[in-house]
Amino acid sequence: MDEALLRTLTPTVIGVLVRRGADFAAAEDAVQEALVEALRVWADDPPRDAKGWLVTVAWRKFLDAARADSSRRHREELVEAEPAPGPGEAADDTLRLYFLCAHPSLTPASAVALTLRAVGGLTTRQIAQAHLVPEATMAQRISRARRTVSSVRFNQPGDVATVLRVLYLVFNEGHGGDVDLAGEAIRLTRQLFALTDEPEVAGLLALMLLHHARRASRTGPGGRLVPLADQDRSRWDTRLIAEGVTILQAALARDRLGEYQAQAAIAALHADAPSTCETDWVQIVEWYDELLLLTGSPVVRLNRAVAVGEADGPQAGLAALAGVSPGLPRYAAVQAYLLERAGDLGQAAELYAEAARAATSLPERDHLTRQAARVRQLLQE
Amino acid sequence: MAKYLLLKHYRGAPAAANDVPMDQWTPEEISAHVKYMEDFASRLEETGEFVDARALSPEGTFVRYDGEGRPPVTDGPFAETKDLIAGWMVIDVDSYERALDLAAELSAAPGAGGKPIHEWLEVRRFLTEPPTITE
Repeated sequence: MDEALLRTLTPTVIGVLVRRGADFAAAEDAVQEALVEALRVWADDPPRDAKGWLVTVAWRKFLDAARADSSRRHREELVEAEPAPGPGEAADDTLRLYFLCAHPSLTPASAVALTLRAVGGLTTRQIAQAHLVPEATMAQRISRARRTVSSVRFNQPGDVATVLRVLYLVFNEGHGGDVDLAGEAIRLTRQLFALTDEPEVAGLLALMLLHHARRASRTGPGGRLVPLADQDRSRWDTRLIAEGVTILQAALARDRLGEYQAQAAIAALHADAPSTCETDWVQIVEWYDELLLLTGSPVVRLNRAVAVGEADGPQAGLAALAGVSPGLPRYAAVQAYLLERAGDLGQAAELYAEAARAATSLPERDHLTRQAARVRQLLQE
Repeated sequence: MAKYLLLKHYRGAPAAANDVPMDQWTPEEISAHVKYMEDFASRLEETGEFVDARALSPEGTFVRYDGEGRPPVTDGPFAETKDLIAGWMVIDVDSYERALDLAAELSAAPGAGGKPIHEWLEVRRFLTEPPTITE
């Protein structure tokens, strides 16, 4: 069964129901039920017209629910005769759903969950599994999110930046489960890219593709974290890199720089280099300067210090670190790396160990602990 | 979103303000306490923040490897063990502040005299998967 097709059709079908007069929450619920039914019956009995099937079943589900709720009865008459939307309208509906599901009144976690369900067409169970929470909890999170946006008009224009933040979160979450959230984020960003004409959407898509290209090389046996410098670059996906670079170049040519384009430019310079020492660090530092102007983010300042360390030597890197708040996650790890390169092994070992204790993920903690152990061994030699 | 463990201790946490052992409460007080915990969990389910809640038996055994082909060595339970975990709740919340607020609410569960126990709960953050984009 073509689950990908099913997921692509989800926002369109929700749009059809909303056009016929269903409110967003009811439409979303009905389409979810239709999806679950499709997953159940399509394997043995695939329909010839997948979209038509989904619209029919979802509409029936909606009517059943509306009948159960007498206050909604009038809607049945309202809508039956509504013509099916043309392709342009379907595209508009999908875009509106992106905006609605990323509405600024939602918390990031709610926006992620709602986007994955209403735009991504994932089932509540899949979303729950991907986030390692019980299905009942995720169902509640989604229904609260829908209530939160219930007063937002469906055709209200939104800010694409909020949508991009949500998609970035989905891509970067890196949780387990059967669902490949990174792949799903790419699919949703690709779809958005096709619907809009906004360089930052292209920037985010390029950023995702360029990072996704390195996926196979990022972890070693047992989920062990492999840092960029040690990655087997022959395992990078050159097709994804080429696509990312092409999309990025077209976006940059429009001269409306944004943070995702700048991040993608840095990723592209890494992707382009045969090794760490052959990387164009000077240009990477320049991109970090741009990124800093755009965001003012302390994390960017921290990462910039690493790049400065590569471009101008560890002392320059440490000097660049001087303006960064030591409270940041990974500050100690960066400081340890720069001090090791500057030859202060004793302090580097201490800081690697400190960074390991502050790590927020197990692979990072293990990696930093190994770094501390490695430097301590060097000290004893 | 981040997951936190709210850890409840039989022993090892600082003493609660209302520190009367449960077996000295009235049956009504026990029922009120249990209901508070259940209501708390279902409220969290409704807000989409509940992950798990478990209670542990107070009897524990220490076990260790004793070499190839030998049965595991067991010891305990130790009456003098300083730290004894009673149970936990796992929550998935937007912020550390929210985790603290929820822990405080859980700590307000009624005990003897129907008054809040003010029990000390330990809040620990789960380690996660590393993010994809770091540089």
